[in-house]
Amino acid sequence: MHSSPQPSAPILRIGSGAGFSGDRWDAAVPVVRTLLAHDGPRALIFETLAERTLALAQLQRKQNPEAGWEPSLERFVAPILADCVRGGIPIVGNFGAAHPHGAARRLQQLAASLGLPSLRIAVVTGDDLLTALSPERMSTLLAQSAIERPLVSANAYLGAREIAAALRAGAQVVVTGRVADPALALGPMLAHFGWPEDDWDRLAAGTMAGHILECGAQVCGGYFADPGFKDVPDLAHLGFPIIEMHEDGRFVVTKAARTGGCVDRRTVIEQLLYEIHDPGAYLTPDVVADINEAQVRQTGPDRVEITNVRGHPRPATIKATLCYEGPWLAEGEISYAGPNAAARAALAAEVVRERLRVLGLGHLKIRADFIGITSVFGDDQGRWAAAIEVPASRAEDLRLRIAAAAASRTEAEQVTREVLALYTCGPAGGGGVRTAVTPRLASGSCLVPREWLAPAWEFAA
Amino acid sequence: MSARTVPLHQLAHARTGDKGDRASISVVAYDPAHWPLLVDQVTEARVAGLFASRAPTAVRRYLLPRLAAMNFVLDDVLDGGVNDSLNLDTHGKTLSSLLLTLPISIDDKETP
Repeated sequence: MHSSPQPSAPILRIGSGAGFSGDRWDAAVPVVRTLLAHDGPRALIFETLAERTLALAQLQRKQNPEAGWEPSLERFVAPILADCVRGGIPIVGNFGAAHPHGAARRLQQLAASLGLPSLRIAVVTGDDLLTALSPERMSTLLAQSAIERPLVSANAYLGAREIAAALRAGAQVVVTGRVADPALALGPMLAHFGWPEDDWDRLAAGTMAGHILECGAQVCGGYFADPGFKDVPDLAHLGFPIIEMHEDGRFVVTKAARTGGCVDRRTVIEQLLYEIHDPGAYLTPDVVADINEAQVRQTGPDRVEITNVRGHPRPATIKATLCYEGPWLAEGEISYAGPNAAARAALAAEVVRERLRVLGLGHLKIRADFIGITSVFGDDQGRWAAAIEVPASRAEDLRLRIAAAAASRTEAEQVTREVLALYTCGPAGGGGVRTAVTPRLASGSCLVPREWLAPAWEFAA
Repeated sequence: MSARTVPLHQLAHARTGDKGDRASISVVAYDPAHWPLLVDQVTEARVAGLFASRAPTAVRRYLLPRLAAMNFVLDDVLDGGVNDSLNLDTHGKTLSSLLLTLPISIDDKETP
């Protein structure tokens, strides 16, 4: 794509240590071992911040001013921190969540407890709109979202530049809050290759490489196996991905050595398109990436090369996620089995609905699932389940699940109470009741004019 | 020439992603030779029909011929999305498997 690659510029290797907050704590170990086996520039990224994770972190920080960063931070970083520091592998993670400085302090303590010298830890700031914007500007943004509930968090997706600047200044760890996920990888590329700010093709290639890495094992055979159709070797020992970026924007996707899983055209194409809408316009704060002409080529075992990614100028606005206090989720389950089980389960669902009506909760949004007949394909309105004619089903081992959105904990508990009461007041032979009441968050998004934001970075004290 | 019907699952693989109340589902041909068949039969209209109970407000298909892949974007099909839906699968992760049930009419001589 670029005619003059510099053969002298070494390949930059970037590994993924986590693709979401719930990822395996030990996943980064083989990745770092593989990175250490190569000379040249390297980096390790952790992506642990889904849309709601940040709002949960904000709630935790309200309870405890020292909290608000990724709860598994130490579990993710402790197994590899010493190797990364000694091997000169910088770590970039959005595990700062709602409190990057708190995460930086904890990492410094962790380094000390591992007998490491004091680390140069950089913190990226400016994503938190509640502290960055005036109340007037905040209300302008909130008007874009139709949700009228108490606001919990508002964070803009920052780009790669501050990460790159921190790395160039010698940061060994860069802690961020909300940044665009691919920026975690684009930052080290900008720091290493020094690509110009308007070299859209290379920024786009770097962004797609980051996109490939950001979900961890999903490009290495995770979220992929379909026995007999898409077989994945040794899925239980799945390796995490490593990309090898060239100065001209070509990159190879591979994975940690001596691990299970696989990297092939199929796994790469699935991940390339994952959560993308228009393949010609993948919007990020750094660039608009275009994969319409992208080439995906297997070049060896567990090695896939991606070329021909194009880029267009970055958007004038930056996306932000707004999280609000949401309704309470009430869930109750009970099993029915044996002859006529489906008819009994359907009757139980009717009884609960009628009881909630009598209790003055008939206005609640209520969903009934018949696990064993239908549980996930159906819509909340019940159109799908109605078409199935559940009572006539011959399924003989199934579980009724009632779910409702309630305004308060008290209301939610009234719903689960009615499922519990099915033991003695419901159809014959119901067993195994489980109930749960959970507070939820609602989210919306808005677009922030770029000039309203002042992203920055600093070394943590 | 006689034809038979197979589920899309035999010809293609798929993956769901979500953003808010919008699902995106990729469909990738195992064999690029089947690509024209998929372009003809895995259409916006047929996918909208398959997801009718979720009342999508828009179904868009993007074609990636170089990858023998297509990407569907379905608006407002997740009952409010990960924060609002009462579905066990709030993300709609399982919906790629629903798409793979789409019946495809295939020439008898062709594999599979």
